[in-house]
Amino acid sequence: MTAGRIRSVVQLATCSSALQACSGWQSALDPHSQTAAHLAGLFWFFTAICAIVWVLVVAALIMVLRRRRESESVLPGDDFPHQQRRKAIIVGSLTAITAIILTVLTYMSFYATREITWPRKHVLTVKVTGQQWWWQLDYQNQDPSQSFGTANELHIPVGQPVTVDLEAADVIHSFWVPNLIGKQDMIPGRKNVLTLRADKPGLYRGQCAEFCGLQHAHMSMFVFAEPPAAFEAWRRHQLEPAATPGAPQRITGMNIFVHGACATCHAVGGTDADGQTGPNLTHFAQRATIAAGTLRNTPANLSRWLADPQAVKPGTNMPQVPMSPADRQALVAYLEGLK
Amino acid sequence: MTKCASEIRDTALDDGALSARLAHIWGTPKTFWGFMTTVDHKEIGRRYIVTALFFLLLGGLAAVVMRLQLGSPDNKLVGPDLYNQLFTMHGSTMMFLFAVPIMETIAVYLVPLMIGTRNVAFPRLNAFSYWVYLFGGLMLWAAFFVNTGPDAGWFSYVPLAGPQYGIGKRSDFWAQMITYTELSGLAVAVEIIVTVFKMRAPGMTLDRIPLFVWAALVTAFMILFAMPAVMVSSTMLILDRLVGTHFFNWAEGGDSLLWQHLFWFFGHPEVYFIFIPATGIVSAIIPAFTRRRMFGYVALVLSLIGTGFLAFGLWVHHMFVTGLPRLGESFFTASSMAVAIPSGIQIFCWIATLWDGKLRLRTPLLFVFGFIVNFVIGGLSGVMVASVPIDTQVHDTYFVVAHFHYVLIGGAVFPLLGGIYYWFPKFYGRMLNERLGRWNFWLAMIGFNLAFFPMHILGLMGMPRRVYTYPAEMGWGGLNLLSTVGASIFVLSFLVLVLNIIRSLRSGEIAGDNPWDAGTLEWAATSPPEPQNFSRIPVVTDREPLWQNPETLPVIGGMHADRREILVSTLVEATPEVLESSPQATIWPFIAAMVTSVTLLASIFTPWAIVWGALPVGIALTGWFWPGGEKEDES
Repeated sequence: MTAGRIRSVVQLATCSSALQACSGWQSALDPHSQTAAHLAGLFWFFTAICAIVWVLVVAALIMVLRRRRESESVLPGDDFPHQQRRKAIIVGSLTAITAIILTVLTYMSFYATREITWPRKHVLTVKVTGQQWWWQLDYQNQDPSQSFGTANELHIPVGQPVTVDLEAADVIHSFWVPNLIGKQDMIPGRKNVLTLRADKPGLYRGQCAEFCGLQHAHMSMFVFAEPPAAFEAWRRHQLEPAATPGAPQRITGMNIFVHGACATCHAVGGTDADGQTGPNLTHFAQRATIAAGTLRNTPANLSRWLADPQAVKPGTNMPQVPMSPADRQALVAYLEGLK
Repeated sequence: MTKCASEIRDTALDDGALSARLAHIWGTPKTFWGFMTTVDHKEIGRRYIVTALFFLLLGGLAAVVMRLQLGSPDNKLVGPDLYNQLFTMHGSTMMFLFAVPIMETIAVYLVPLMIGTRNVAFPRLNAFSYWVYLFGGLMLWAAFFVNTGPDAGWFSYVPLAGPQYGIGKRSDFWAQMITYTELSGLAVAVEIIVTVFKMRAPGMTLDRIPLFVWAALVTAFMILFAMPAVMVSSTMLILDRLVGTHFFNWAEGGDSLLWQHLFWFFGHPEVYFIFIPATGIVSAIIPAFTRRRMFGYVALVLSLIGTGFLAFGLWVHHMFVTGLPRLGESFFTASSMAVAIPSGIQIFCWIATLWDGKLRLRTPLLFVFGFIVNFVIGGLSGVMVASVPIDTQVHDTYFVVAHFHYVLIGGAVFPLLGGIYYWFPKFYGRMLNERLGRWNFWLAMIGFNLAFFPMHILGLMGMPRRVYTYPAEMGWGGLNLLSTVGASIFVLSFLVLVLNIIRSLRSGEIAGDNPWDAGTLEWAATSPPEPQNFSRIPVVTDREPLWQNPETLPVIGGMHADRREILVSTLVEATPEVLESSPQATIWPFIAAMVTSVTLLASIFTPWAIVWGALPVGIALTGWFWPGGEKEDES
């Protein structure tokens, strides 16, 4: 069952080693879904029209600067009547052409909107709740035993529409994974819905797009689009309780977690820890990053994060919990064992 | 009305004696008391403009720090707390303390000169407006310097700016700054409307009003209708924060989207408060430097009015991703696209005028060319963000940052710079240096495009707005560095302008009354204009009166030469109606502004301030309106 995590970490590692290879992992111009492809196509069409218009305007200005004039009169005043008439016809026609172009662009937008928001049959519903500054993910099912919660890393099956219910717990956030779909705000007291479908397996990055306070910059998420079988394996694993620690250090770590401050905010399935204000950590060791994409999930980084969260992510709601280095090591060992 | 025997009329005096007499009557003594009490639109307009430029400097410095922070990934120059204050201060300062005030007050200075009168209507209100604006701006920056700068963005979305998440008094200072600036903005709007409607020189019928004045008039009306929305919403925000109302608290039946509707109902027209006067500047510069009347005057006036109306029907395009009904959003796509039509007409008419004109490629005209090149990019990217589906990708990314800087800098700051080169000789009697002007233009053009064009690409590459840093692996470092370099060059262009202004004030070439041989009335006044602007009120028979009568303008006689007097004329035909006295200098507007400001400031801390503050405000207003024995009107 560690296959999932290894794959995530490998994907992430390849990205950071070869910058070029992943510069498109949060890009509106590198679509990996029909919706994003539609949006990119519309964008390029608009860009082409706009570029032509701009070039024509600049060409007109250059001609203004270069042309020889028939009326070099020094006296200020009006144009000659024949010039006036000719100009009126030209300006009138250009205005009409502008109106026609704008009408065409308006209709194209309208039909593109219909195209990408048409309700599709979905197989899976995930409630995504924006929090300062992380993403709470609840995979919902009518059968409660099939529901589970996780954070910051959204796994979806390739080729299947997934309904994403967008809500916010505190302030306004915005859900945006540009390679897959345009953004939609998450507003406290309201529910917005998106239908997401990835057409190629891959790792996509998303980031909160509505300013949400101090750590708006470090509120990113990852979407793992996996072949249906791999997704199903991941889903089944998420339903299982956390791995029971065997090694003594990990048991110490579990006791610190469950009986200490951690459990007031965090939940770990299968233990007494069921805090709900922070991310669910049942399968924490499978995640590729810590603190909504702020740090790579390694023991050293986790230790750094636990030692002084404010130094890593100034303003975060994760408190600094005083503990001895040995206790912290034990806690890290426990958490890194939650596969 | 009975005539007193001691009255002196202008008909009894020769030009020199009349001008000296009126200059004394209208003049502002060069003393501290004179400075504090003046109600001369030129004195107030000039200090308003200088203050707005000072705030431009502060807002610009905030932007420089932000650009330095974003110049490289994972930069630690400023932390998130300071960064959030910086971008909030930058946006709020540029919109509320620089762009809108400077456009309004260029009009305060120029409109009376352009329509041939001696002061604005309600000159004391004008003085009051300046002091309130100054105190509001200083309050905001003082708060910033003691680490209480607002940090929820210039748009202050709730709940982030609300009582639960907006810490300390930061957002209260922001909301109260709105009250100050909108109060002063509304006051100026009322002055401009009444001045243009009732104080035009005889013969300046509606179709002879200079296009700049039309632009100022349309803007003033827009301010009148749009600003109440933001005053209401910022007051509701203060009430939510201070006395626990729940206007925006969804858990108690309020609504956080209500804020966005109210804010953008003002916020979108606000862009046009800035852009429309800028088009007025362009329409003033082009005829002077082409020796041609503007082609399509009526079409241009109708475009301004049309833009003014359409601007109120666009606000939802700031909210396309909030989850409003899709069909409803499509209407706002259509209206947002439609506003491109009047802008298009204006551009076609400007190019048509340039087409056959005899071009004199001086600095003001260079800035007009720069304006068209840059603004068209901003307008076209505006067409892109008007499309709902495209907006879902680019909204709240650097693409939008690029778009509105092309509109606001390309569309308003470039004409403003052109306007500074064009009217500086009128304001100070000396020319700005042409060589430095060219340096200024080219540095601005190159710096601006290097700074802002890459932002389009950054936005499409996924960079959201308002992030204080970004990880290296996102691949945004190179373009951000380029943008920072461009911003530095752009800053350099402003240093050249400052250098040019300082040099010219000391030793610039003497301008004379009409250095550009332009056609509108402000060029008939001396440079700088005498306190009374015009010793004899001109009679207008043409859209470009100085081209029609190059030697001497026809004037009317019969006005009093022993008191401050203005001529009131009819709305449409501008036929003389009444001779009316114009207010004397007084300290009361300053006192009223002072006590109003203290009241507003104290109300950030306690609602009782409004109760106790009402008393001194009442006293100040009583002093202000105490009958002073002004002469009756004479019709």
